[in-house]
Amino acid sequence: MPVSERNGTQVWQRRTQGESLVRWFGWLIGVAVFLYCWQQISDATTWFFVWDAPRIAGDIWERATPPRWEYITQLGRPIWDTLNIATLGTLIALCLAVPVAFLAARNTTPSALFIRPLALLIIVSTRSINSLIWALLLIAIIGPGVFAGVVAIAIRSIGFCAKLLYEAIEEIDHTQVEAITATGASRWQVMAYGIVPQILPAFAGIAVFRWDINIRESTVLGLVGAGGIGLQLQASLNVLAWPQVSLILLVILAAVILSEWVSAKVRGAII
Amino acid sequence: MSGTIAHRELGDLLGRQWRKPPFIRNPWLRWALLIGSFGYLVAAFATIEVNWSRVYEGLERGGQFVLAFTSPDFVSRGADIWKGMMESIVMTVAASVVGIAISIPIGLGAARNIAPLPVYLVCRAIVAISRALQEIIVAILLVAIFGFGPLAGFLTLSFATIGFLSKLLAEDIEAMDRAQAEAIRASGARWLQWINYGVQPQVLPRLIGLSMYRVDINFRESAILGLVGAGGIGATLNTAFDRYEYDTAAAILLLIIGIVMALEYLSGIIRAKVQ
Repeated sequence: MPVSERNGTQVWQRRTQGESLVRWFGWLIGVAVFLYCWQQISDATTWFFVWDAPRIAGDIWERATPPRWEYITQLGRPIWDTLNIATLGTLIALCLAVPVAFLAARNTTPSALFIRPLALLIIVSTRSINSLIWALLLIAIIGPGVFAGVVAIAIRSIGFCAKLLYEAIEEIDHTQVEAITATGASRWQVMAYGIVPQILPAFAGIAVFRWDINIRESTVLGLVGAGGIGLQLQASLNVLAWPQVSLILLVILAAVILSEWVSAKVRGAII
Repeated sequence: MSGTIAHRELGDLLGRQWRKPPFIRNPWLRWALLIGSFGYLVAAFATIEVNWSRVYEGLERGGQFVLAFTSPDFVSRGADIWKGMMESIVMTVAASVVGIAISIPIGLGAARNIAPLPVYLVCRAIVAISRALQEIIVAILLVAIFGFGPLAGFLTLSFATIGFLSKLLAEDIEAMDRAQAEAIRASGARWLQWINYGVQPQVLPRLIGLSMYRVDINFRESAILGLVGAGGIGATLNTAFDRYEYDTAAAILLLIIGIVMALEYLSGIIRAKVQ
């Protein structure tokens, strides 16, 4: 315990002098980096617009209220498309994520030296690129539309689902697997009766969790042309139809809250 | 066959053939769910229009794109890539610092066991709003209000960080060990000392881990904010796609993947160290 003497009495301190010095220096560097970053942002900002921001915000608010409620009749199809993008994308992703997860988990991979790094590479590369970027890329390749959205969501979700799933596989109770193996079960039977029942709750949880995220993401995919309600949002923004924008934002908010509610209910029922 | 004998014995014991128990007990619910999901899938597939000839044409371009990864072009648009990347990193760092700094008091306020009810409700409302609004939509609105540039992106990311981090921090505080906090309080500590010595040591390791994770997310998000004009590498990437400059796009994507991997590795080290 660091104790210093001051005027003959011993005073307790949390850290020794050296520790304090190192900490102080760390904070100094951190603050310097932050100030540099802030300087960069500040240089790139037109401050006149920022000082003007409250007036602009009030102006937009005035234009956007009340929402144009009758526009909702034209939103039925885009909402259906959005739901399809999220659901089909999640289903495709799950089908692809399961084999990747089994190849990536240390205890089920056929070859830890060659196949596991490959599976991990798939996981990292699909996970680190946002679905909007995947959508941009797919639109350049297969043209705009709902299909590009489905594929973009599917690719983005593979890494996420596979990562969580392979962590669940690595954490299974090995004695159960051994018990099934001891009955003389084949490799696939061990898989079906020893491993799958243990990861099934995790799998269902991951599926619903990802579906919830995908609903959120598919609402904005239309901004780059990949179908769904985002297309309407982009069209309304382009013509500055603020009452329509506010209605679309309300619909998106409702969809997000609803999907979160559904996923919380389903996860509660499973676990 | 010993397997069939064992099966017959089990069947005799049960009085019927053994079958795997179904996943959902109630047969009505089971069939309704099956038929319902099948019907949904049919309806969904029927309404998706896929222009297969366009897809087929696109496959060649897709092949070109995949090939571009073998020869990414960092040089010909080097200046743009460098500028965009720096802007993304600057936005990430500044937004993470501000977001974490703001989310700590809000997280304290959103924990039911240390905050009074009015404060709790206000903080929870902030968290709920921040979590319900998506980054890209917030970015669109902020760009409309503050104009193009990294300031809108910085504000967007800070706002998103608050919702994410405050919620998880509050949950962690609610799950903490009360005895330690009480022991500090019993020694006559003031409120701030109580937080500093009773609560903070219990939640700090997890807070650091979550913060690192959020930095990682913020960087990934900063890569798309440029699509709506909120600064960062996204604008450069979008332009590269629009001009079919796949080798430049591949270079940018490789940089993003590389930085995300480096961040993940770094956060792994830091988390192992603090826990």
